[in-house]
Amino acid sequence: MSRVGAFAALRLVVVRELKLAFRRPDQLLQPLVFFLMVTTLFPLGLNLRLSLLREIGPGVLWVAALLASMLSLDALFRNDAEDGTLEQLALSGHGLTVIVVAKTLAHWLVSGAALVLVSPLVATALAIPVEAFPVMAASLTLGSLALSWLGAIGAGLTVGAKRGNVLLSLIVLPLAMPLLIFGAAAIDRVIGGGDASGPLYLLAALCTFATTLAPFAAAAALRITLE
Amino acid sequence: MWTWFYKLASPPAVFRTAGRLAPWFLGAAALAIAYGTVDGLAFAPPDYQQGDAFRIVYVHAPSAWLSLFAYVSMALAGGIALVWRIKVGHAVAAAAAPIGASFTVLALVTGSLWGRPMWGTYWAWDPRLTSELILLFLYAGVMSLRGAFEEAARGDRAAALLAVVGVVNVPIIHYSVQWWNSLHQGATVAKIGKPAMAPSMLWPLLAMLLGFMLFYGGVLCMRLRGEVLSRERQAAWVRELMQARSER
Amino acid sequence: MNKPVLRIPGAFIAVSWKTLNWWFQLIDFATIVAMETPAELEVEKVHVWRGDRHVLKGVSLTLRAGESLHVAGPNGAGKSTLLRVIAGLLRPEQGSVRWVGRSIRDTPLEFQAALVYASHEPALKGDLTALENLAIGVGLRREVGVPELRAALERTGVAACAELPARVLSAGQRRRVALARVLASSAPLWLLDEPFTNLDAAGVRLVTELIESHAGQGGLTAVVAHHDLKIGGSARRLDLH
Repeated sequence: MSRVGAFAALRLVVVRELKLAFRRPDQLLQPLVFFLMVTTLFPLGLNLRLSLLREIGPGVLWVAALLASMLSLDALFRNDAEDGTLEQLALSGHGLTVIVVAKTLAHWLVSGAALVLVSPLVATALAIPVEAFPVMAASLTLGSLALSWLGAIGAGLTVGAKRGNVLLSLIVLPLAMPLLIFGAAAIDRVIGGGDASGPLYLLAALCTFATTLAPFAAAAALRITLE
Repeated sequence: MWTWFYKLASPPAVFRTAGRLAPWFLGAAALAIAYGTVDGLAFAPPDYQQGDAFRIVYVHAPSAWLSLFAYVSMALAGGIALVWRIKVGHAVAAAAAPIGASFTVLALVTGSLWGRPMWGTYWAWDPRLTSELILLFLYAGVMSLRGAFEEAARGDRAAALLAVVGVVNVPIIHYSVQWWNSLHQGATVAKIGKPAMAPSMLWPLLAMLLGFMLFYGGVLCMRLRGEVLSRERQAAWVRELMQARSER
Repeated sequence: MNKPVLRIPGAFIAVSWKTLNWWFQLIDFATIVAMETPAELEVEKVHVWRGDRHVLKGVSLTLRAGESLHVAGPNGAGKSTLLRVIAGLLRPEQGSVRWVGRSIRDTPLEFQAALVYASHEPALKGDLTALENLAIGVGLRREVGVPELRAALERTGVAACAELPARVLSAGQRRRVALARVLASSAPLWLLDEPFTNLDAAGVRLVTELIESHAGQGGLTAVVAHHDLKIGGSARRLDLH
């Protein structure tokens, strides 16, 4: 009997998650629509003072992305916990850390990466110049990946809680504030003609830090809630 | 080897020890705070820039320090409880959280009151106060997570883990907020907190700090007693204790 | 000039590689020893509290190769809790669980590879077909081909449902798919929590047959069921209350 290696397991779980996600395309699209909708609210709320909009564009983009990512996070472990498949994954002989990494990466692919893909649309609406798009994509990519890791901890902690979603935001958003600071600052700087590498490097550092430690914390969180 | 430790950490022992320690802590706290208040408000010289407004530092700085200290001690107690499965640790963490959150609120209120004469507004997104606000959110997360489970034990452990994750994040938040504030600093605004202080101003501050720490210790002991009692309400020793109390 | 400088890291790498290999061999050896030790599950004086409730009060049991154990008892007696403790999902406040003589806390992953746990729920993804559910459930444990999975579905009588999403299956069919996963996992230790739920008389017979043939091949089964069970061979009964 040949045991399945960790990378094979990782791939199997990622494929499973992607399959599940694409069989429910509406749930895939909802956060994206939410992202577009929140950014629409700002021009309406600002009564079309476009100069103002131009100034706050990066911040609005980042806040909207942050909130949209929060929406899909709650389901990261909750669905599997409710139908009992999480226990099966936990007992699959690979350890929860591998499962957490696989599920979080898959989640990031369908939420974070998708946000990055639609961000040019939103950026155009927010009057962010095209020259800033590469930096924006980089900041959103790094930021959303780090956020997915933080979110995995939060989702793991709240999976057994009575009321999940608000609690999840309450837990994760304070931890995510540094991401917002650096992410929005990077776009801000490049629009202002400055050098965005500083905040991007800091963001990359945070992302690396989260990628290294968060899987273990999230696995520990899941272990607590599985008991 | 560890048996003495576990014995010391047993709920009845903690209940008794906390009961014995609390009056000492509170008494010493009253002395230190009384000295600090009188010396700080009446005898310390007024600041050459801020006049008498600076005197709020005698409440603001200790409570800001305590807000952080309480968070770290909460995370430490939770972490110990998580790793070595010592249940009293969760009781300590649960007892510490509301005290720490109260200190955070106090630091925020005094900070913005101080800001009014200094900046002309109650809230100017000063980096320290912003960090303090985020710390309050962290407290809110830990406290609501603890209560969010049907099973109290699960909430305890989840809250402990979150507190530990938060401790790792506190320095990151602190420095990123400082970095953020350094971005758009136009005219130099006076920052809260003085690097160099005249000794006549410093002594009452240190006394207040010590007093606040002792006060925290005393209140923690009292709250811990309550936590231990409610957690152990089914245990024989609590019933015996209650019986002894009602007979008296 | 350069040679000695190069040689030192070279030697270092060679030595570390040898040491590493030696450790791997040792681990392999330990695995072989573990495999050759007859499979045995020992639960010793397990205590579990749920809040203020003392659910498991010092439960002990031993299960050897070829044995089946029926865990019985009224609702709330802690039957499922015991199974979760054995599976390693729940850490008991006191007591220990040992597999082939070693605590399951020491080698959790090896132990997990040796056990298959069928929970109260069938644990299927509604949006995946029965076959896909098996492919992930079994595929994480060992490399397995589709024909083998189909054969397992055939054995549990749901071969016709292989390509259907699990959400359209009836409760009984879902239970049978879950059984097929247990069957295909080829794990020596089966932990079944109320496997008879939603099954008809033929289904109940099927489960008992599966347990008996598993025992016949030297497998171990702990099955939680609230009603009486007739399992042939060396089946024992543990009553919790």
